[in-house]
Amino acid sequence: MNRKYELVYVVSPEASDDQVTGLHTQVEETVTRMGGQLEKTENWGRRKLAYEIGRHKEGTYVLEVINGSGELMKELDRRLKVLDYVIRHLVVRVDEHEAVVDRTRSRRTDTTRRRRVARGLPPDRQPGEGQRGDSDDDRDDRFDMGSEL
Amino acid sequence: MPPRKPTGSRGRGAATQGKDGQQRRPMFRRRKVCKFCSDKIDDINYKDVKLLMPFVPERAKILPRRISGTCALHQRKLRTAIMRARQLALIPYTAE
Repeated sequence: MNRKYELVYVVSPEASDDQVTGLHTQVEETVTRMGGQLEKTENWGRRKLAYEIGRHKEGTYVLEVINGSGELMKELDRRLKVLDYVIRHLVVRVDEHEAVVDRTRSRRTDTTRRRRVARGLPPDRQPGEGQRGDSDDDRDDRFDMGSEL
Repeated sequence: MPPRKPTGSRGRGAATQGKDGQQRRPMFRRRKVCKFCSDKIDDINYKDVKLLMPFVPERAKILPRRISGTCALHQRKLRTAIMRARQLALIPYTAE
């Protein structure tokens, strides 16, 4: 049974770009060999680590979204553990989490729509409506926490 | 043996009274709301460091619910997200 996983690994800053791409192709090969698909790859580039790992202060982060079996992830985990230029890695199963997020999101839009219709409004929010006009921007005030506490 | 001074006169009395006087004033406290409920953020993800950082102040400890006002459900999700981010060195475990 195939499930959706996310694999993030941190490559040592001393490793060359070739080594990083080489590792990526190695992961890709393992995935296809064991009957999975690589859905997405994201290279976050080099970023500072929040704490020192060994003597490293930086690392190259790579994210791979993989559809595959648990056996495949076990194999990838084992391989990454062996390589000494991979300083950290993490495998997370994400399909259930994504399903929950989708469900809550759709449930919320359903209820707001239902309520809006009950109030005699069109089901979707019209542009320039309500007190908070710029509803698209309100995800950006995440940093305002400090002043609220 | 000299008579012992009464404990109350150890230069503390005045200060306490002043403090009491301040505490009498009704304290205005704004009602805390769960950030994730009010902003309708469904996905608390370990990759979203910007979202998590306000919940790990200087000492890098997770901000308790009684201070941040996060609801139980979201605090739980926040906790797993922070713990995962810590494993990947995206968020510190401690501040030195």
